[in-house]
Amino acid sequence: MLIRLFHTIGEYILFLGKVITKPEKWWIFYRETVKEIEKLGLNSIGIIAIISAFMGAVITIQTAYNTENPLLPNYLIGVAARDSILLEFSSTIVALILAGKVGSNIASEIGTMRVTEQIDALEIMGVNSASYLVLPKVVAAMVFNPFLCIMSIFVGIAGGWAVGSFTGVITTQQYLEGILYVFIPYYITYAVIKTVVFAFIITSISSFYGYTVSGGSLEVGSSSTKAVVYSSVVVLLFNLILTQLLLS
Amino acid sequence: MIRIENITKRFAETTVLKGISAVFEKGKTNLIIGQSGSGKTVLMKSIVGLHEVDEGEIYYNDTLFNKLSFNEKKLLRREVGMLFQGSALFDSATVQENVMYPLDMFTNKSFDEKLERVNFCLHRVNMDDSNSLFPSELSGGMKKRVAIARAIALNPRYLFCDEPNSGLDPKTSIVIDELIKEITEEYDITTIVNTHDMNSVMGIGDKIIFIYKGQKWWEGTKEDILQSDNKELNDFVFASKLAKRIRFGTE
Repeated sequence: MLIRLFHTIGEYILFLGKVITKPEKWWIFYRETVKEIEKLGLNSIGIIAIISAFMGAVITIQTAYNTENPLLPNYLIGVAARDSILLEFSSTIVALILAGKVGSNIASEIGTMRVTEQIDALEIMGVNSASYLVLPKVVAAMVFNPFLCIMSIFVGIAGGWAVGSFTGVITTQQYLEGILYVFIPYYITYAVIKTVVFAFIITSISSFYGYTVSGGSLEVGSSSTKAVVYSSVVVLLFNLILTQLLLS
Repeated sequence: MIRIENITKRFAETTVLKGISAVFEKGKTNLIIGQSGSGKTVLMKSIVGLHEVDEGEIYYNDTLFNKLSFNEKKLLRREVGMLFQGSALFDSATVQENVMYPLDMFTNKSFDEKLERVNFCLHRVNMDDSNSLFPSELSGGMKKRVAIARAIALNPRYLFCDEPNSGLDPKTSIVIDELIKEITEEYDITTIVNTHDMNSVMGIGDKIIFIYKGQKWWEGTKEDILQSDNKELNDFVFASKLAKRIRFGTE
């Protein structure tokens, strides 16, 4: 099993070597990257906004119900919501959601291209298929996902405020006081750095499992599942490493 | 002209190709025939470099293909067109975008010049006015014709066709066969066709190589087939009762 793991890691590194090369034509690379930004980024705005709003709301309510102590000021609910959203939710949890949505999409798209010989057709033409297909996805996600992360932060905080005010567990004044209390701007940088790294992990691992599939539709389905599972696990692993590196 | 010498290809413990040598001539439709699983697709993919051969040499004219560097192979492949069994058109692109793709990648022509070439290639395969259609809107035969148009867009010197008639009715198969033969003669290119369709063999086979259990078993022309007493070849070519009756006067 360990040998198999090292073999896969080796294959993945060789795959990255093929992916990270100079594009054949820059205008085609630019065109494909813009298409991928729309497909992987803009099309994810809805789901990220919905989940962020609800998560912000849940964090606020849970914090409120678990801190019903007269000694603890109410604005701490806002502080807890802000830090939870900034430090973990908008980078890591959003990355896990994107690993499911974007990862399976990438793996099944490239996997289908593999089993229907479309990748062979590219190779026959003399195109570096790995770079042509994967590099725009990686770049698009690394460029656009930080915007998703920032949006998620704002929507999450807004969701917390809306539900806090609606249920009466915290006033708008107290919530805003909590949001601004001992605010560390570096946390935003931290969240963005993690998002960029996670974007690379999700797109490259999912592409790898799609690109190396062989067989038919069953194998494409299986590679799609592997892409989601392994990119999620690697995201969690790197979350640990990055947290230690960036916050210690 | 393409020449292969002693090609051997193994997958793990299984030897799929065993020392195959052959010459595929320019301006002719060269056919590789054999039963399913005989190794003809592996042979074709080895010739175009999609599989690395374990032993043997592949020459494109006088260039030793399997010793070329990655970039040299890429350059040579721009002279190669290939028609895949399932057409391999890009699903997310229209017919026009599919045919224009190699022109986009490897030429610096203006859009109008590329469009002119696309329209010429589509006209050549009788697919005029299909520019805006997507592959999902085309029949099997139409997909093959668009794939041929894409394969000839860059004026290739070598054309490979992997089972061009698979999944097509006999009438459409003849149209595709004739198109391949016409293009081969018109542009004087080296064409290699993998097939087990006997109509193709008798219709367009200028030169035929019969692969049996990974070996070159027989070589000749379509006229020679009718005279051959090679048992394995006759079992393959005249497999049906009707064909046996016509060839041997008995079942």
